[in-house]
Amino acid sequence: MLYFSKLRIIFISIISLFFFIIASNNLLDPNNRFFDKKINLGLDLQGGSYLLLEIDNSPVIEQKLQNKSTLIRSYFKDKGIRISNLKLSNDKIKFSVEEKFKQNVIDEFIDENSDINPFYPRFKSHQFDINEVDNFIELTFSKQGLVELKTSSQDQALEIVRRRIDEIGTNEPNILKRGNSRILVELPGLDDPMRIKSLLGKTANLTFRFISTDNQSSFGVEKIEYEDGSNTDFVSKRIILSGDNLLDAQPRMNNQTNETVVSFTLDRVGAKRFGKATASNIGRKLAIVLDGKIISAPVIRDTIASGSGQISGGFTFQSATDLALLLRSGALPAPLNIIEERTVGPDLGQDSIKAGIIALTIGFILVIIYMFMKYKFFGLITNITLITNLIILIGILTLFEVTLTLPGIAGIILTVGMAVDANVLIFERIKEEIKNEKNNIIAFDSGYTKSKTAILDANVTTLLAAVILFFMGSGPIKGFSVTLGVGIFTTLFSVYFIARLFTAIYVSRYKDKEVLI
Amino acid sequence: MIKFNKFYTQFNIISLVLVIASLALLIFKGLNFGIDFKGGTLIELRSQDNKINVSSLRDNLSQMDLGDISVKKFGSDQDYLIKFENKDEKKNLVEEIKINIDNSFGNNFDFRRVENVGPKVSAELLRSGIIAISVSLAIMLIYIWIRFEWQFSLGAIVALFHDVIITLGLFSLLNLEINLSIIAAVLTIVGYSMNDTVVIFDRVRENLRKYSDIKIFELTNISINETLSRTLITSVTTLLALFSIFFFGGEILKGFSLAMIFGVIFGTYSSIYIANTVLVRLNVSQKTILKEDEKN
Repeated sequence: MLYFSKLRIIFISIISLFFFIIASNNLLDPNNRFFDKKINLGLDLQGGSYLLLEIDNSPVIEQKLQNKSTLIRSYFKDKGIRISNLKLSNDKIKFSVEEKFKQNVIDEFIDENSDINPFYPRFKSHQFDINEVDNFIELTFSKQGLVELKTSSQDQALEIVRRRIDEIGTNEPNILKRGNSRILVELPGLDDPMRIKSLLGKTANLTFRFISTDNQSSFGVEKIEYEDGSNTDFVSKRIILSGDNLLDAQPRMNNQTNETVVSFTLDRVGAKRFGKATASNIGRKLAIVLDGKIISAPVIRDTIASGSGQISGGFTFQSATDLALLLRSGALPAPLNIIEERTVGPDLGQDSIKAGIIALTIGFILVIIYMFMKYKFFGLITNITLITNLIILIGILTLFEVTLTLPGIAGIILTVGMAVDANVLIFERIKEEIKNEKNNIIAFDSGYTKSKTAILDANVTTLLAAVILFFMGSGPIKGFSVTLGVGIFTTLFSVYFIARLFTAIYVSRYKDKEVLI
Repeated sequence: MIKFNKFYTQFNIISLVLVIASLALLIFKGLNFGIDFKGGTLIELRSQDNKINVSSLRDNLSQMDLGDISVKKFGSDQDYLIKFENKDEKKNLVEEIKINIDNSFGNNFDFRRVENVGPKVSAELLRSGIIAISVSLAIMLIYIWIRFEWQFSLGAIVALFHDVIITLGLFSLLNLEINLSIIAAVLTIVGYSMNDTVVIFDRVRENLRKYSDIKIFELTNISINETLSRTLITSVTTLLALFSIFFFGGEILKGFSLAMIFGVIFGTYSSIYIANTVLVRLNVSQKTILKEDEKN
């Protein structure tokens, strides 16, 4: 165990030097680095906001069912089959058909080439499951159909969230999917997420609809409250324009009224439709409805053919800016709820880094003093190992650009405490061997050999705990498991290569001395 | 040589009492779950003015109808920790609190940390925490079962449960908060306790092969003594590291390092007095390991 070939010594030196250079990279000026790699600080250390958003898919499901039921009616009408009692309830479409067509209709739904019920060959599943219950045919989303729906609304929502965050312009946001109905947003350096939260919390579903004076409209009406809660009005369900028709929106100052407004430009289709609708409805009130509330309902005084207009509604400059931003970036497919939020201010992050470094330094010094007191010269070897261990650990964290969190720093400190274990096991074993063995080289050699199983077992158990934590833990805790787990490997490397090398050199030089350890 | 085996019975009784007391505490008093597992909102505040006292801040906030609210000093004199459940899941409570505090105390509060965990997420975090601990216990069991004879696995697992239960019992007794980092601590304790036990067991097994005429009662004592200095040195260095985290690592890591300190102390104790006594009570002898050796 004590023999080292020249090649191996060179190899060990190169590896140690390599990690030393990489580790020192973190201390250099960012413009002057050897590599473009550094340890990333987690949100808890650099400050920032972590938001977990959940998409509320129920309106999307309802909407899809609504569309599907309309489609079903017209689809079978074309085939000469009359669908009756068509109803939506509890995420289900229910309808009945004449007995003689029943099998026909069911076959349409379970055909793999069905137009009305798409088949996903990859998952061997239709979009809808079909059931026959008391003469009714019931359609519910299949598991795969639901997954498909959720993934698509997640994709859309992710895109909109990204646009909104980009519009605000925070640095290096991290926007990721979680599961199939969640979106994770990490915003480093942001200490007040209030504005982003309020922007992400809005669906921004904008529609222009006429207010119905006689509470009637061929499309039906609904009662909608004004934004300020002052009043309600009956609004036609017929949508003249929606947010999709907007090309641009900007906050503006209206010089005549001295009021902040949001001015918008419509696309060609929108402009045409808006011109037509305003021309034939002069004198009526047009409600501008955002997320189920009326912002304002100006009276149409003239045909608006220019394809641009203004929304007023008692805005402050800030709220007009935000509304314009929301309209530019588009509507979310479904409402988002913030189900988890963790925000750390930058000065707390700074304090945490400081505290972590102080704790690491003090822990390190205490362990070094203790080891020196216990083992004298071999304590020094252990301490050199400990230092190289730490350097290699930081080097690896840098190389893989691991995100360092506060618990991650705790993991490094804990590694310092536990890393001496392997050396202690070896040295204690050597002490025992020396009692019965006169030849120092043999005693050292068997000390290394015999302690191997215990060291292996001891490290595997800690590694197992770290691996489980890595897969089960979330956020900062993951950082802890990474440093703890990587620390085990660097410890074994430094104990078996570096400490052993020093020990070997020492023992071969003083092999005839009486007591070595 | 220290006669550890003289006190096997006494310490077993003490441990049994501690485990039963901890279980009773866990069942009847329960754990003080933080917002990670219970849901709710946490705000860490720093004031520029250290004349503000906690009770005036508490009075001010309790007027806001936030439900069960706790306001505490957090580390230094200027830092406060506010926690409440946010049952109705109101959206802009933090902003309302900010406005309210700014109005009442002047604009000298700095919001250093805000955490808000919804009920769905907290339930998921709790579930995954419990799964993580269970899985780690199961994997340790499997590992030790592969490496050692069943008597040894039983000894190690009993020691492991002993450490985890008493650490959690102590948290319940002292009403310390259980959050995500405590789960990390418990898992590390599992690894550490196992590591300590395995090193002694390794020696017990080696000695069983070496001496056929020494009874397990004596043999465990010899093995404990032979590994004692290692056990102590490693515990001391680990504790040195943990104490420096506890005292200097900042308020956020206090609970984590405290749990680990308890765990290391119990882990060291249990690998001597629990794991070994299981071997003694199961009357492990040279035959036990020879049988296993033949099989291989």
